[in-house]
Formats: sequence, C-alpha cells, structure tokens
Amino acid sequence: MKLKVGEDHGAVSRRAFLQRSALGVAAIAITPAGALINASEAWGLEVKGLKPQTMKTLILVARDIYPHDKVPDRFYAVAMKSYDDSAAKDPAAKAATEAFVAALDGAAGAGGYAGLGWEAERVAVLRAMSHDPMFQTIRGGLVVSLYNNHDLWPIFGYEGESYSKGGYLHRGFDDIDWL
Amino acid sequence: MSAKFDQNDDSVVVIVGSGAGGGTLGNELAQKGVKAVILEAGPRTEYTDFVNDEWESFGQLAWKDMRTTSGDWRVHKDFPNLPAWIVKSVGGSTTHWAGASLRLQEHELKTATTYGRVPGANLLDWPITLADLEPYYARAEDKMGVTRTNNLPGLPGNNNFKVLKAGADKLGYKECHTGRMAINSIERDDRNSCHQTGFCFQGCKWGAKWSTLYTEIPKGEKTGNLEVRPDSHVAHIEHDASGKVTGVVYFDKAGKIQRQKARIVAVAGNSIESPRLLLNSASSKFPDGLANSSGQVGRNYMRHLTGSVYAVFDKPVHMYRGTTMAGIIRDEARFDPKRGFVGGYEFETLSLGLPFMAAFLDPGAWGREFTAALDSYVNMAGLWIVGEDMPQETNRITLSDAKDQWGLPVANVNFDDHPNDLAMRAHAYKQGFALYDAVGATRTYPTPPYPSTHNLGTNRMSENPRDGVVNKNGQTHDIKNLFVSDGSQFTTGGAENPTLTIVSLAIRQAEFIADQMKGNVI
Repeated sequence: MKLKVGEDHGAVSRRAFLQRSALGVAAIAITPAGALINASEAWGLEVKGLKPQTMKTLILVARDIYPHDKVPDRFYAVAMKSYDDSAAKDPAAKAATEAFVAALDGAAGAGGYAGLGWEAERVAVLRAMSHDPMFQTIRGGLVVSLYNNHDLWPIFGYEGESYSKGGYLHRGFDDIDWL
Repeated sequence: MSAKFDQNDDSVVVIVGSGAGGGTLGNELAQKGVKAVILEAGPRTEYTDFVNDEWESFGQLAWKDMRTTSGDWRVHKDFPNLPAWIVKSVGGSTTHWAGASLRLQEHELKTATTYGRVPGANLLDWPITLADLEPYYARAEDKMGVTRTNNLPGLPGNNNFKVLKAGADKLGYKECHTGRMAINSIERDDRNSCHQTGFCFQGCKWGAKWSTLYTEIPKGEKTGNLEVRPDSHVAHIEHDASGKVTGVVYFDKAGKIQRQKARIVAVAGNSIESPRLLLNSASSKFPDGLANSSGQVGRNYMRHLTGSVYAVFDKPVHMYRGTTMAGIIRDEARFDPKRGFVGGYEFETLSLGLPFMAAFLDPGAWGREFTAALDSYVNMAGLWIVGEDMPQETNRITLSDAKDQWGLPVANVNFDDHPNDLAMRAHAYKQGFALYDAVGATRTYPTPPYPSTHNLGTNRMSENPRDGVVNKNGQTHDIKNLFVSDGSQFTTGGAENPTLTIVSLAIRQAEFIADQMKGNVI
C-alpha cells in the first residue's frame, strides 16, 4: 500500500481507524500487522523494510529536524518513506538505518528516542549525533524531500508555478497594503 | 537558416560556450559575414520547455558535472561539489540570470590607481577605460532592451521592491529604483513584456528577459553564417608547431570524440570552465596550459561579495511574486574607504521559492530557529548584496584529481575571503538589517553567499603580458588566434552584475576579430 498525501488508504479499515481514534493513542500507531497509522490525519503506511517502530521514530526525527507545527505528520512520513523503500531492497541500507535509530534510542535512555517528551530533549540527542554521516544524509535529503513536496507549499503560502496563470501581473504582484 | 560547417573547415571561428559572451560573439561575427561555430556543452532547451519549479529547473539547466572546492568559503563546506550555480544549456547562464544590466563605474576600471595598495589583493587597472567601453555599453543596452535606457520605461515594482524602497527612503538612500533590467517592460524585439511571473532564475517562459538562446543565437543562425552545436563538450584546444591554435577536440552527445578545425578559437565557457579548458589543453610546447606564460590562467578568481538579508514582518509580503530582481539601491556602490573597505556594493531585491529558501537560507541549519523563518515565508522580504571582491592570486581554478564523465580532470575552485570582503559584507549586513528594521521587521537573517553566479577574472585582461592572460581585445597575449570572450577577462569585478559588460566586450571583440581577419592579420 503506497502512501499518498491527502488520501485515506485502505491499510486501515474505517472501523479500525475510528476505534483507534477513540482509544486516543499517540498520533502514529503501529498495527499488529506492522503498519503505521495516523488516525487523525487519515493515512496509513505499510512498513516493508524497517522495523515499524524504526519508521515511526524516523518520522519523529524528521519533525524534530524541521519542526513545523502547521505541517501534519503525513508530510514527514512521505519525506522519510525512501528509507523504508531502501531498507526493503538493500540489507546494508536497512542495517545502517536501524543502527542509527538504535543509537538514538541508546543515547535517549530507557524509553528510547520517542520516549523523550520534550522536543528539546530529543534535539539534544540529535545534536550529539549531528556529525554522524547518517544524520547528515537524513537532514540533507529531508531539506529537499520535505520542502519540495508541492502539496506542502500551500501550508506555507507559497504559490508555486505561475506561468500558466499568466504570472502575477494581474494577480497581486504589487498588492502590499501595509507600508 | 542555420549554417552547417564541415569539421575540416579551417576557416571558421570556433566559439566554446553560448552564453552572454559566446552567444553574443557568435551573432556579432555572423552579422559581419564571419563564419562561426558555437560548441555548447549542454543541450538546446527552448524557452517553452522551461519550468516554474526550482529543483526541476535546476535539473534541467544547471551545470551539474563534477567540480571540487577548497578554501575557507562556506560554499566549500555546504556545497563542496557545487561552487557555482551556472548553466549548461544553449544560452548558458543568460537563461538563468536575473537581468540586472549595470555599467561599471569609471574608477572600477582603475582599481590599482584608485584603491592603492591593498595587502593580499592582486589589483590591476584594466587596459581599457570607461570611455573605451561606453559606445559598446550603448549598443549592448539597445540590443538587450535594458530598461531606463533608450527611453524604455522601468519595470513596475513588486511587493519585495516596495519593502526595499520603503526601507531605502527611511535610511535616506537616494538612488533606489526598479533597476536597469534586460527584461522587456514593453513588447520589443518580437518578445513579450514581463508578466511578473517570478522564476526569472528558472528561465523566462515569456522570453521577456534577454537571453542569447532566443535573441542572438537565432539572429545569428538566420544569417547562414552561424552554427550552434549543442551537446558538444570541448576537451582541449589543439595547436600547430608554431603555437597557433588549429581547432578543438570535443565529445559529442554519444560521447564520441570529434574534431572541429578553426582559424580562430574563442573560449567563453564561464570563469571556471574557460581556465579549465586552457589548463587541460597543456602540451609539450605549452606544459602549463595554453596562454599561460604569465602563470595567471585560473588565478584571481572573483565571485562578487554576495550574501543576502531576509527579513520577516508581521504582515504578508509575497516576495516571490513578480520579477526576482525587482529593484536596486546604488548608494553603497560608491568608492568611500571611510566605511572601512575599498570598493562598493549594490543592494538588489532577491527572492527564492520555498524549496530553495529551505536549501539556501542557512545551509545545513535545522531545528526550530531555522524553521521559524520558513514558517514566516509569506511575510518575508529579501535582498542580495553584490559587491566588489578582491582579486587574489591564490583564489584560483586548478585541475583537480577528480575526473568528469569524459575522463577529463575537473576544475577545483579554491576561494578564501579577503579581509576587505569580510569588512564589506559585515557593513552590508548591518545596512540591510537597518533597512528592514526601519520598516518594522520582526526578524532579520544574514544569509551566506549562494554558490557563485558571478564568476570572474580567471583569464584577466592586462596591459602587460606578465600580469594577465589577455589583452584589451580579449586576445591572449601568447597566441594571437586564441581569444577569451567571457567574464574571465575581467581584470577586477566592480560592484555591478557582469552580464552587460560581458556582452559589451563581446560586441567590441567581434569588431576586432572581423577587422583582423579582413586584414589577414589573423
């Protein structure tokens, strides 16, 4: 099942979904079959290569690297999905990603990375790992995979392509009214 | 009809590169009846194919072949294999440029005289003066349709400009307007006027911004004297026993080695590729590379000071709407060493879309301080600092150990900021902050220089052959039928965006070459 932004995929039935909503679990839950679901955002993600908990942690890592409170989890999930895809195909990639998340969990203590309640606590763990090549790879990839998602742009008010609309000549290129 | 020349035709002028220098030279020669072949490393991408999408366009147009970097500049740390954001496509970086078309100032052509001795700086007066250039500037402005010249109206100011102007007024700056831009403010030259689309850096889909791709090149082709061969990557220049160049060897699209004979070779591959080509053309007769008896090939690499200031306000700006470089403040471009540095700088508005803002606002940064800036993207205004950086012998293009897809040594770009550069940048950031603070900015950001777009100086002009690579006509001191036709000729950089000067020099050089050919001097 592929994750696609803005669509409710069938990895989770509507009933399971509602049940989980009612349970009030953390934003992203892991099903017994190993899929990630986010009930409030209405999406599910089948995890194929990584441990489901690893993928869940990676999504949180992505949010902690580029935290935008207006941006739903699904955009971070889309941006990080390639790590699961790679892990499904390449044992070395899988090992590297699992090792990185294991290191984060180890550094975080008993509850692991995801168990740290404050962003600042998790960021401190990331800072300590920020020279790790895997961290650099994740951050460097994310700056493109997150911000180049066209569906994300409206959240930031960025309007994207404008040629087909005739540019902004008659659409507010000089509409500033507060100076 | 485009010409099609035989590869053994040794009567042609071969031009390496199709941008501001090469594309203009090709057309100017063709108009005079001189046969010319432009070899362009990149493909021919027509303006209808351009895309309003930053990363996709980067993939379509940018020079992405391997390069390496070294030195203390931050680009080396953040973008080690992307020293420059320039173009590999027909039209070269005139597809990507923003359009600002400014003349150099008189004193900027005489920096050794004006600035005096600046330790560590390899300053030199140009062998030409502003008076020499003026008639060619006038022709270039007419050719390119530069606004605020020849009675062409200025472009209307967009939101980003209005913020800049309000700040400029508050600070008491006097010379602030929507620029001298090679962007049609009215329909002209069979091209559209500007529709304030934004995406100037991604190629103008209206053809409103001047680019050799859809002006010089098709005009030259129409004469029947010009052929443009895309996907032709020149590997080296050949010469005979007397030392005269005889042609070039290049890789075609299929990677097959081809040879084009030539009466004259003009190198116009930008200030990174042009010295690389001369160095890669080393032979037993010229072991240090072609035209390098001075040892100056590749040295004195300049990139303009640059840096950006972005500011966040409590209300929307939508800076990305409309012309990317929508206005200018020229007051700081003056020579005034009381500020603690020689040379001057321009403020020019600039905007990036969200994807490139994320990549370039503070490369490598992450966490909430960084994302807070992006959260306010719509409320952001921005400017670019374009200042004169000091030529330094050790800032240079050399051949790297790394090889490109053809097996050719790639260019390494070494750059250290000069203390004068640092002092000027600090001053410009401070003024930029003050400007936006004056109109109510709640946050300001000192964005470091992007990968270089104004690459200059690596085959510089000099009166004395000992001091540089080419003479005042762009003719190499060492080899009379070898020319340099791009910004690498610049003796010093000035504070102004270089394209207008490159075009003016190409018009001037075409006259010289045509005369020399006619008189059988070359």
